[in-house]
Amino acid sequence: MPAVELRDVRKIYRRYGRRKSFGTLKSALLSGGVLRNLRPDSTFLALDGVSFDVAAGRTVGLIGRNGSGKSSLLKLIAGIGKPTSGTVHVSGRVSALIELGAGFHPEISGRENVFINGMMLGLSKAEIVRRFDDIVAFAELGDFIDEPVKTYSSGMYMRLGFAVAINVDPDVLLVDEVLAVGDEAFTHKCLEKFAEFRRRGKTIVLVTHTLDLVTRLCDEAVWLDGGKVRASGDPKRVVDAYLLEVAGAENQPTVGPPPEAVEPGSNGAGRWGSKDAEIEQVELLRPDGQSSHVFESGQPMRIRVRVRAPRPLYDFVFGIGIFTADGVCCFGTNTDIEGGVPRELSGAGEFTVDIDRLDLVAGAYKLDVAVHRQDGVPYDYHRLLYSFRVASPVKDTGIYRPRHTWTFGGGIAISQPPSGGQS
Amino acid sequence: MLANLRQVFRYRALISSLVARELKARYRGSVLGFLWTFANPLLLLGIYTLVFTVMMPGSRAGTRIEPYALFLLCGILPWTWFQTSVLESCSVLVAGGNLIRKVLFPAEILPIVTVLTGLVNFAFSLVILAGFLVYYARPVSPGELAWLPLIVLVQLTFTLGLSLLLSCLTVHFRDLRDLVGNLMTLWFWGTPIIYSVAEVPERFHRLLALNPLTHLVVAYQSVLFLDGPFDEWRGLLGLGLLSLVLLGVAYFVFDRLRDTLAEEV
Repeated sequence: MPAVELRDVRKIYRRYGRRKSFGTLKSALLSGGVLRNLRPDSTFLALDGVSFDVAAGRTVGLIGRNGSGKSSLLKLIAGIGKPTSGTVHVSGRVSALIELGAGFHPEISGRENVFINGMMLGLSKAEIVRRFDDIVAFAELGDFIDEPVKTYSSGMYMRLGFAVAINVDPDVLLVDEVLAVGDEAFTHKCLEKFAEFRRRGKTIVLVTHTLDLVTRLCDEAVWLDGGKVRASGDPKRVVDAYLLEVAGAENQPTVGPPPEAVEPGSNGAGRWGSKDAEIEQVELLRPDGQSSHVFESGQPMRIRVRVRAPRPLYDFVFGIGIFTADGVCCFGTNTDIEGGVPRELSGAGEFTVDIDRLDLVAGAYKLDVAVHRQDGVPYDYHRLLYSFRVASPVKDTGIYRPRHTWTFGGGIAISQPPSGGQS
Repeated sequence: MLANLRQVFRYRALISSLVARELKARYRGSVLGFLWTFANPLLLLGIYTLVFTVMMPGSRAGTRIEPYALFLLCGILPWTWFQTSVLESCSVLVAGGNLIRKVLFPAEILPIVTVLTGLVNFAFSLVILAGFLVYYARPVSPGELAWLPLIVLVQLTFTLGLSLLLSCLTVHFRDLRDLVGNLMTLWFWGTPIIYSVAEVPERFHRLLALNPLTHLVVAYQSVLFLDGPFDEWRGLLGLGLLSLVLLGVAYFVFDRLRDTLAEEV
């Protein structure tokens, strides 16, 4: 059963009064009829038939331009306001991080505010007492907890607001761009808390403009445009489609042909991009130079990529990513991260990535290969299109297989020492 | 509507904490502390006493309302509760707009907290009234005093109804607040607070009876000021019923406008 279920959700905001921002009783009486003034003069369609499900335990990112309806949708899921038509169904306790510390009273102490804010979010007094130490610890307030909130720095204020909301221990957590306001340390703490939530199988719906966060954190992304779902599914694919569109809108005429429609594969595999540069061939090579799909654990692997740019490009980044069959990123890097400065890419080219030791446990892996702009707009993105197997005589588990040795001393006797990573 | 009512009940701990917060926030950081709440009624008391007993002594000749200060207090204290609650309710939703837009919680809690905060202040102010009763050596019979909680309950119901209704309507009609502010002055003079019903010419009695607050203030005066048994229960009962209807209608209207509040505040 999905944690959040949206069916054909429409939200129409009403605007009252043509000339004024709000109605007055005087004008209502003068223009005849109080009731008439209660009828909207104009309407604004914020959400137009949005339908999607969020399965329990998934993390979903909502992206889109300002005014595309992201925050409206989040508020509907939170229960602040009702859809004009359609249904919103949420199972479990919801906590919305829409504005941190909304409802704090500046004159009274942090302690009292925690209690009041917690109760506003639906906790009982006993529950707050139980979680109080956690809240104060997370907020790093110490003795400040008994000072009036007006004396807090903005960082303390936000941390306290976040700590209260997160300690509601919701089944569904809604986050609206709160990470954008904090410093590095705060953002890091929040992300850790989100990761903990995910591990515990909670559902998170995240509204953000930090697209990087969506690809890193989310299982799925939904792109809202003009109140409609423009695309949804694999975060990388949705984010890149969005980036392409934004880039297209920035420099008219469009930099290239529209993004190729990609059939979403079973787990988000696909290919997209403006095709200003194309990846023509990707080969995985064994130490002996043979193209292969099977590699020994701990042995070298070479990735050889042929690219072609019909017109010279001066802004380009090459990247690779290795994923498990479940989609967990084992390793990802690109020429930009590692300090490469692009000069020119024109005509045919080739690059190789040499991995000296493929220290992965046995299993199936997938590869991303991409060429894109420095701001992330893809020229050609090959998502999980290449796969290879890692073979190993040892049946160890996990993903990473560091080189290791066992040594024994004292009263331990082992007849045949384990071979460890020396395969 | 019933589900929402139940929800308000579930939030009772929040309501009591918010009332405590209001009181604390108001009194913290001021030298005179909670005495400020009574500065206004005491000032009114002083002014009216001065005007009607010292400056215009003739105006009260022939009335048997003595001591006048005590009589005034019986009306001014409940009036202060009523007036501040209703006026504050007119802006409480707009002032708390941030909460309504950003946090999921029943908006009616805000006007309820306003009225209950007023009630607590009123309860404190009764201590002052008790001081006056002792000073003037005016014993109140326990039988009459037993009516007091009922009178307070009726006033609470009436104030709550009006406050709920006005709080959600002012969100849509912002100038309602100014209108109410002016009406309050009129209402004050139309209520037998600084004069007693007995002083008013007979032909105005029916007009006075149309004012719900007349019955309320008269009930307070009857219990706390006048001698003799309490015999205003008919008016009080009628007002009680009216208040219940008002509260019901107010809650219905509030409930209907609930979804528009988050968009309009």
